[in-house]
Amino acid sequence: MRAVSDSLVIMKRQLLQLTRVPEVLIFNTIQPVMFVLLFRYVFAGLGAGIKGGYVQLLMPGIFVQTVTFTLAATAQGMAQDMEKGLIDRFRSLPISRAAVVTGRTLGDGLLNIVVIAVMGTAGFLVGWRPTSGLLKIGLGFLMLLLFGYALSWAGIFAGLIAKDARVVANISFLFTFPLTFLSNAFASTTSMPKPLQYVAEWNPVSTMVAAVRQLFGFHNMFGVTKNSFPSTHPIQTSLIYMVLIMGIFVPLSVQRYKNTNK
Amino acid sequence: MKSVIAENLVKIYGKGDRQVKALDGLSLDVEEGTVLGVLGPNGAGKTTTVRVLATLLKPDSGHAMVGGIDVIKNPKQVREIIGLSGQYAAVDETLTGWDNLVMFGRLYHLSSTAANARAKELLEQFSLTDSAKRPIKTFSGGMRRRLDLAASLIIRPKVLFLDEPTTGLDPRGRMEMWKVIEGLVDDGVTLLLTTQYLEEADQLADDIAVIDQGKVIARGSSDQLKTQIGGERLELVVAEADIAQAKEIADRVGKTTSSVDAGLRKISTPVSTGGNALVELLRELDLAKIHPLDIALKRPSLDDVFMSLTGHSAEAAEVADEEKLDPKAKSKKGGRP
Repeated sequence: MRAVSDSLVIMKRQLLQLTRVPEVLIFNTIQPVMFVLLFRYVFAGLGAGIKGGYVQLLMPGIFVQTVTFTLAATAQGMAQDMEKGLIDRFRSLPISRAAVVTGRTLGDGLLNIVVIAVMGTAGFLVGWRPTSGLLKIGLGFLMLLLFGYALSWAGIFAGLIAKDARVVANISFLFTFPLTFLSNAFASTTSMPKPLQYVAEWNPVSTMVAAVRQLFGFHNMFGVTKNSFPSTHPIQTSLIYMVLIMGIFVPLSVQRYKNTNK
Repeated sequence: MKSVIAENLVKIYGKGDRQVKALDGLSLDVEEGTVLGVLGPNGAGKTTTVRVLATLLKPDSGHAMVGGIDVIKNPKQVREIIGLSGQYAAVDETLTGWDNLVMFGRLYHLSSTAANARAKELLEQFSLTDSAKRPIKTFSGGMRRRLDLAASLIIRPKVLFLDEPTTGLDPRGRMEMWKVIEGLVDDGVTLLLTTQYLEEADQLADDIAVIDQGKVIARGSSDQLKTQIGGERLELVVAEADIAQAKEIADRVGKTTSSVDAGLRKISTPVSTGGNALVELLRELDLAKIHPLDIALKRPSLDDVFMSLTGHSAEAAEVADEEKLDPKAKSKKGGRP
């Protein structure tokens, strides 16, 4: 029980940070909202023949892209705490070894809720209208949050092994940015060179985008291979990816946190 | 009773040729309710020692007890009774002083009310009440250290570890910090304090352990250490014509042979009776109608102690050791704005 309440105290710390430094929240939301507006109008032509226009395809893509970037945010926050010596202080306290890392993933998860809500509102204002009904729409958002949460554990591990907060943020970004573009997030993958199409097909970002599109009531616009598993079961595939990511990075992160500076 | 015991701690960083022994069989202990100053240059192993005792780092070998609890076997219980305040202020800089203290109080499992009350109390104790609602980043270095120290005192720890509590502070900040630490000591906390300032150890510690290259090379009270490398001496400067006669008198007072630095016209005489010897010398000089230009009873500084123990001054060791020994010290430095 204490592990839970300790994690919540750490999570609360992040919320407090947002009230003390509101700029963080503002910049975290401005960027995705800007993407929504830019892509919505710049790429409007890609939506030819799609009911409701390109924005219906775009929103799931941009939601997934945004939660994918959680990895970099978590990694940077964790590395900063290491650099500043805050982690040493936490490690000298009689609290569960999992509390600090869990608290941060929860805090970043809460931040994602706010960011997604703001983005959704912006999307709605420029014509995004999911058609599937409240339950499915809710499930779509839940999947987005879970995906962000799973990736944030990978971010914890990256942050813990990093030497420098800015470097780890940049490296995480260099990893996640191509990941979000080598996918069906913004355009159909069929115009890519063949080998890339296979990468895009199995890319967790693609399966997530397809899953969310499906849950929001749109055709999932998937890949090359007819009836491949990820294209026919994007929700299941995405869930498997999340379990895998957490299965690997939760134990690794907790272990690493215990033994930092060894 | 010993509150802190470290026996033969060894910690080796790196592998093969690049191996560095941060701790090389270090042993020390702190009597309950006393202050041990761990004195040494950068890279001597001070921070590593604190990290081991505060359960942050497992030694490669050796044994350590804090408050009667085995640090390696029961780290969690040790964490319940210690406070740690590091060389670099380990608080959340974006939050206010108040936020930080309440957060750490909650992490020590105080109730919300108790955490608030304790935060208020500590802010008052450390004269930070007026700045309590400001983010830490706006604090001066001294205020930041005081807040960091306050955060380590939330549960009224039995044993407190302070790793270089005044490094980087200006003289005023250092004096303030000393006052605060002296107050804690009066309250009876057992304190292990590391420092590279000889005067700081002299000022705050009952007992001093001098460490160099991962080992304790001398141990004792400040006075004992000073005696160990030779006791007090009288230093007398006189006019050139008086040197011979003054030396005779000094020899008689000290019951020994004085050394003379002809260039400086300085006569130096080891003595064992301190102030009495000084009075006697002055009286004899007066009878002989010799007017001293300068006269002093000199006790060796801790710098002298370090010099005679290690063959190098504390400052000289610093540069060389820091580079090769403590990879952490270097990266920390780089990370500082």
